[in-house]
Amino acid sequence: MATDAERVRAQRTESFSDRWTQLKYDHNWLGFWFMLPAAAFLLLFLTYPLGLGIWLSVTDTRIGREGGFIGLENFEWLNEDPVFWLSVFNTFLYTTVASVIKFGLGLYLAILLNSHMPWKAIIRAVVLLPFIVPTVLSAIAFWWIYDTQFSIISWTLIEMGWIDENINFLGEPNNARASVIAANIWRGIPFVAITLLAGLQTIPQSLYEAATIDGASRWQMFRHVTYPMLTPIIAVVMTFSVLFTFTDFQLIYAMTRGGPANATHLMATLSYQRAIMGGNLGEGAAISTAMIPFLLAAILFSWFGLQRRKWQQGESDD
Amino acid sequence: MTDHITRDVSRRSVLKGSTALAAGVAIGGAGSLVDQTRAWAADSPFEPEKGAKLRMLRWNRFVETEDIQFDKSMVAFTEATGIQVRLDKEFLDDIQPKAAVAANVGAGPDIIWGPMAIPHLIPDKLLDVTDVANYLGGKYGGWYESPAAYGIRDGKWMALPLCVSGNYINYRISAVQKAGFEKFPTTTADLMKLTKALKANGSPAGMALGRATGDGNAWCHWVVWAHGGKLVDKDGNVTINSPETAASLEYVKELYENWIPGTASWNDSNNNKAFLSGDVSYTNNGISIYAAAVRQKMDIAADIDHAFYPIGPVGKPTELQLPFMIEAFKYSKYPNACKLLMAFLMEGPQYNAWLEQSVGYFTQTLKDYEKNKVWTEDPKRAVFKEACTRTLDMGYAGSLGYAAAGALADFVIVDMVSQAATGQTSVKEAMETAQKRAERYYRV
Repeated sequence: MATDAERVRAQRTESFSDRWTQLKYDHNWLGFWFMLPAAAFLLLFLTYPLGLGIWLSVTDTRIGREGGFIGLENFEWLNEDPVFWLSVFNTFLYTTVASVIKFGLGLYLAILLNSHMPWKAIIRAVVLLPFIVPTVLSAIAFWWIYDTQFSIISWTLIEMGWIDENINFLGEPNNARASVIAANIWRGIPFVAITLLAGLQTIPQSLYEAATIDGASRWQMFRHVTYPMLTPIIAVVMTFSVLFTFTDFQLIYAMTRGGPANATHLMATLSYQRAIMGGNLGEGAAISTAMIPFLLAAILFSWFGLQRRKWQQGESDD
Repeated sequence: MTDHITRDVSRRSVLKGSTALAAGVAIGGAGSLVDQTRAWAADSPFEPEKGAKLRMLRWNRFVETEDIQFDKSMVAFTEATGIQVRLDKEFLDDIQPKAAVAANVGAGPDIIWGPMAIPHLIPDKLLDVTDVANYLGGKYGGWYESPAAYGIRDGKWMALPLCVSGNYINYRISAVQKAGFEKFPTTTADLMKLTKALKANGSPAGMALGRATGDGNAWCHWVVWAHGGKLVDKDGNVTINSPETAASLEYVKELYENWIPGTASWNDSNNNKAFLSGDVSYTNNGISIYAAAVRQKMDIAADIDHAFYPIGPVGKPTELQLPFMIEAFKYSKYPNACKLLMAFLMEGPQYNAWLEQSVGYFTQTLKDYEKNKVWTEDPKRAVFKEACTRTLDMGYAGSLGYAAAGALADFVIVDMVSQAATGQTSVKEAMETAQKRAERYYRV
């Protein structure tokens, strides 16, 4: 009996080591091994925090105190909270206006930079500057530019005799919204412009030559050659631009902290205020979690909306 | 934004660089300070662990002389006790998030000196320092009631109020006199008259209505309380939506219309700049505006004075003066060394020298230190001496705790005042929103 059992065990070990050898040398498995570090990295640094954030949003965790599961209560509270809805409105306004203008101006700038002009390389480098300056530094610069007493804009306009008193940039809700959006646009344009410029340079010159032979005007060339060829890049750039803008935190936090009276609070800044400053981690996490559906929608829209191949190739949609 | 300075406070590092002269005085003149400290430590009831090392996080200075004196004390402490202290200094608004993270992960600095809300946000994570508090209270005439409340939970001390940062009216003597007032008004009714007269004279006033953690909270709470409004009653029921609050908001609306434009965007530093540039004739602030003017020998210094907040219809002072709390974490490996350092910082020789060097920016929390000459050598500092006796605490009229800390950090009162003042919402709506948000915190 004992020997039988030993034999069975030996067999098992044998088959196990066989399988192990197979796993080690099998080409399909080899791919798996190579992917493992990356997968571990993603799990640890992306999936885990995201999962933890979502978990926190259904608990009443506070700073320094474990919380219990409370279902969707945080979201129910937020649903009745006018400040939360104000921040949702602000976030949408901020993202939409800033992204549209960034795209328009960025594309315009890219086309300008794509044409032949003297000092091309230097000008391209200069365009990148706003993107290189740390966000917080540029935010503080803007904070001075928008200061109610010492604004250089107000000062200039008064000296020129155009206005009589300082502009209340950050103290009046709509002015404040416009001001932070302008700062975001200033900061975001280089990213859009330079990336689109890279896209423009991949468009074969022969297409333009063919269009010229067909007698296309400059607008027609843009509409039927440049734009369709650029669409995949536009999709990528705008997806990123929308994501960056939607989740913006630093500019707002350094300039207004969400004031005056929450008029510039974005979901990200409100989440920080409630979770870290107010100590209410659960509710703060719920605000962050509430951003996810919007972000997903933005991503899906740009991928499915802008990347339909037929349309890309200049044909009409089905 | 994060202004991050990390310094190991050791004799060598302090002697290096631009602070060499100051530190030289510290060590040389304070050969005695070190000796004193050594003798004191030997007698102290708190015996530090062998080989103890501490990490301390404090907020970055607003007044330079205070900071230098603080560093000197820390050097003397290390010299005398052999306990190395790594002192990190960070921007005030970053201290609370750091404390929160340290509490949650159970690692980080051993001691934090920072804003008032921390102890009641993380009470379970803090070292019980009742023995230190009793020792100091017994030796120095007892603690003032209000700052002490920020450190006490269920009869135990979890933190010590190191000092209070007094926040009072800063005004231009000439402008107030020109507006027909011999002295700064002592009632809210007169304050309104003054404000209108100042505007008429082309020298308007203004107080911060933006996200100003210090100045905004201080005056917004004062004005609501002065009219009898309160966030909660003594049982913790939210009562902000009340006729008294409405009266205070109507009052603020009228003030706001007569102030300089733009106060809704002001944070803690805007009013300093506007006051020093001569754009506003009164604001509320710590003594830092005056201290800066004196230090830079500006002409304006002679024309600046300070006053108590005027008294409103409730007939008694309703100030909000916030303490800076020093607390140690339970996770610290050297709890006794923490206690020794906390006691050391508040002992006579160090505390008196430090209070003097803080030129009125800080007010003592132990009654004996009232006698410090900082309050008599310049009469313009005198009002700040009373910061601990005229204040209510941030949880008024309820108890201090998690909810009060959260509501303050979430700007519930400031937002309400700001919304109503700027006309962004009606007075009624502003109160309803505040009521709802406060209920969220006080539900716990």
